[in-house]
Amino acid sequence: MPARETEQIEFQRSFYVEGGNFDYAGIVSTSIKSILKQMELSAEVVRKSAIVSYESEINIVSYAKKGVIMLSIYADKIQIEAIDEGPGIPDIELAMQKGYSTASPQIREMGFGAGMGLFNIDSYSDKFAITSEVDKGTHLIMIINK
Amino acid sequence: MDIETLAVKLNLDVKSAAGNLRKNITGGYTGDLLSDVMANAQEGNIWITRQVHQNIVAVASLKDIAGIILVNSSQPAPDTLEKAVRENIPLLVSPMNAYELSGNIFNLLAIKD
Ligand SMILES: Nc1ncnc2c1ncn2[C@@H]1O[C@H](COP(=O)(O)OP(=O)(O)O)[C@@H](O)[C@H]1O
Ligand SMILES: [Mg+2]
Repeated sequence: MPARETEQIEFQRSFYVEGGNFDYAGIVSTSIKSILKQMELSAEVVRKSAIVSYESEINIVSYAKKGVIMLSIYADKIQIEAIDEGPGIPDIELAMQKGYSTASPQIREMGFGAGMGLFNIDSYSDKFAITSEVDKGTHLIMIINK
Repeated sequence: MDIETLAVKLNLDVKSAAGNLRKNITGGYTGDLLSDVMANAQEGNIWITRQVHQNIVAVASLKDIAGIILVNSSQPAPDTLEKAVRENIPLLVSPMNAYELSGNIFNLLAIKD
């Protein structure tokens, strides 16, 4: 277990994400972006946070039953955590590969399922950790330095 | 160049946010994969796509896209239009395909205004 975060949290908020409902897909990342913008963080930090929160939100909507996205702002960094209850990912290394996707034809028709989500999350986070248990769920921790 | 000028020059059909067409366009991005647009489009770009699903509005607003142009006379889904109106995101329609429209816009943006 990594050491518990002891650093002072300046701001924290959790957002519920419903699996399978594409009508509201993107609403959580939009809220996160506007909070970060209001806090006058740099355009680069806002941009990276928007990309990683959007991709993790879309993955919960696309694959999981339900989930929570938690935004925590520290003095020197932003942490975005996405925790879901769902099928989990059997082979994380494979899922991380650019282009790998199990998205259904219906999901692809809406423009999702390019297989770039986890790859982009990894490249736009300054630190990224993913754990997953089949039939239980998936847990992402994304950190973006201020 | 702003969207208003593009709309006139290219005969685009303005579907939403008619009062929000004066923003300066910083360039363009053509694509139908939302993850690609999310990662690679820049703030103030005009986005050329054939996607008509409402998720394009969320992507446009997250990326501060100047406006979306649907190609091949594709009509926005009713939910898409409603959302674009609510979020004041310009949504336009062109009869051209993505190749022709991108080429035209590329040339127009290359002209100094
Ligand atoms: N939260 C999740 N729960 C279950 N499976 C997931 C989750 N996130 C991603 N996956 C799996 O990993 C694959 C790759 O995800 P991603 O890189 O976001 O691409 P895409 O969503 O376009 O398929 C998905 O197709 C899916 O099989
Ligand atoms: Mg994805």
